[in-house]
Amino acid sequence: MHVLSVRDLRKRYVLGESAVQALDGIDLTLERGEFVAIMGPSGSGKSTFMQIAGMLDTPTSGEYLFEGADVSSLNADARAAIRSRRLGFVFQAYNLLPRTTALDNVELPMVYAGVPDAQRRQTALEKMTLVGVDRLADHHPNQMSGGQQQRVAIARALVNDPALILADEPTGALDTKTSADVMRILARLNEEQGSTIMLVTHEPDIAAYAGRIVTFRDGRIVADVRNDRRAA
Amino acid sequence: MTLRATLRLALAALVRNKARSLLTMLGIVIGVAAVIVTVAIGAGARISVQSSIDSLGSNLIVVQPGSVTTSGARSGFGGASTLTPADGMAIASLPGVASVSPVVTVRTQVVAGGNNWQTTVSGVAPTYTFVRLQSVASGRFFSQNEVASSAKVAVLGQTVVDQLFPNGGSPLGSTIIVKGAPFSVIGVMTPLGQSAMGQDQDDTVLIPYTSAMERLTGETTVNSLLVSAASSDDVDLAQQEITQLLEQRHRIVPPQGDDFQVRNLQSIAQAASQTSAVMEFLLAGVAAVSLLVGGIGIMNIMMVSVTERTREIGLRMAVGAPGRTILHQFLTESIVLATIGGFIGVAIGLAGTALVALLARWPTAVPFQWVVASVVFAALVGIFFGYAPARKAASLHPIEALRFE
Repeated sequence: MHVLSVRDLRKRYVLGESAVQALDGIDLTLERGEFVAIMGPSGSGKSTFMQIAGMLDTPTSGEYLFEGADVSSLNADARAAIRSRRLGFVFQAYNLLPRTTALDNVELPMVYAGVPDAQRRQTALEKMTLVGVDRLADHHPNQMSGGQQQRVAIARALVNDPALILADEPTGALDTKTSADVMRILARLNEEQGSTIMLVTHEPDIAAYAGRIVTFRDGRIVADVRNDRRAA
Repeated sequence: MTLRATLRLALAALVRNKARSLLTMLGIVIGVAAVIVTVAIGAGARISVQSSIDSLGSNLIVVQPGSVTTSGARSGFGGASTLTPADGMAIASLPGVASVSPVVTVRTQVVAGGNNWQTTVSGVAPTYTFVRLQSVASGRFFSQNEVASSAKVAVLGQTVVDQLFPNGGSPLGSTIIVKGAPFSVIGVMTPLGQSAMGQDQDDTVLIPYTSAMERLTGETTVNSLLVSAASSDDVDLAQQEITQLLEQRHRIVPPQGDDFQVRNLQSIAQAASQTSAVMEFLLAGVAAVSLLVGGIGIMNIMMVSVTERTREIGLRMAVGAPGRTILHQFLTESIVLATIGGFIGVAIGLAGTALVALLARWPTAVPFQWVVASVVFAALVGIFFGYAPARKAASLHPIEALRFE
């Protein structure tokens, strides 16, 4: 079964008088266990696609099957319910809650998914161990480096065992060495845990960690290639 | 999401911003404290007015003679000499009346041994103790027989005892001289203290009214009749009966005016307690306005807080919080803030009330329903003023909220 399958997906933004066709007929299928990088210049529609794939937004038209179910016309609450159970997000700006411990940050998605207290703690610590930040459990975001914060954010994306992890420019705010650390963690999760990952980036070095590279331009897919020489 | 989970989320958010949370609830704290203190002082004032009126006597009705016109000059009420002890007897037999005591007052010098003192000598009946709710501290009051025989016996108020017998020791059995007539002291009244009007109610000498009429005034009329109604419900009825009875006895036919006046203290008491109740509500109203201002403060800070936490809201939505959960969280935050503020306000209000009672020696009373009402009102303020910010938070779009700088 496909994790994600879209057919003729379109998104049109109307800004006052002018309209922008952000997505202009996207067809894409993601298999379980794939690690896909979405590339393209700014304005190519890759972020818009990421938001629709992450059910933060809805398409103007087209079909979106997530784990076999049509989700293109679900209401906000139904989409929120899927996000809390089946999707994991990693953002460029980490987006950890300030003045909140790393552990509590990692537990957050489980709060909304209704996971019991004790299990939340255990799962959060497990995932933090997986990405190597378990010893930072009691730290607040302002006591952590950017790389550490992003790893905590990755742990947060893992706690609900999502069908798909969406990473939007996860290394955009990091230096080269830390970027490589974060990318190695994602690659390892993909290989060892079988996590399905969709990564948005405009840096070829970063995209090189993925097994498949899809290039967007002007709201269309212009290239979809297998990457056999993955960076490590 | 469960109520408990929402509550925990809200509490965590409030604890994360302790300083701001405390500042936000300050308006509510001050508002509630102000309500409690003002209401406590108002209620205390009302209770003290009521109790000083109660101390005048049980269901007391005062009958005084009317005014008299002498060479065109009208005396005030009590100037005429129209009331007699017989009027008093007649009144005593009315159904709504419990007992009656005539009062004959003379302001004069009283002498005991080497000491003398000007005081009010009142001729009264044995029923006086019942009508005034005053008892004898030592010795005894005079009897009906002593009234019938115009006995020369006296019961002293504490102030008179202090002035005439400054060396201590019991005045019982001593003799005092009133207008040249010797009276033997048979009792001392329990002290009443000051009246509501500031008069010393213990500066008095009580003798049988018959003795006062024969030996002091030489008249057949009395200054007033003190009447005790059978019950507080009967006061108005008794007042009407007395008026009718005296009109008959004094053969007054309209348009002739009454030559007497019947007053009851209940109406004075009601007026006084109504006045203080009005004050109490007025003060509480002012305090409630400050609560409202506190609520607006909450709304302001919550609005700022929602803006400041836009990215947090975006993140919560992205990881699966539905809009209504966000709404509930922010609404709960403002309710919790306002309610905690309410409780702190009650605590400070009670402490402030105790301080006022202690330092200003002001009578205070904290009506429990006001405590409950002000906490509930604070919570309602939280709901009312928290709704708009919570609504704003819930209506954010996750993508835009996440991008917010």
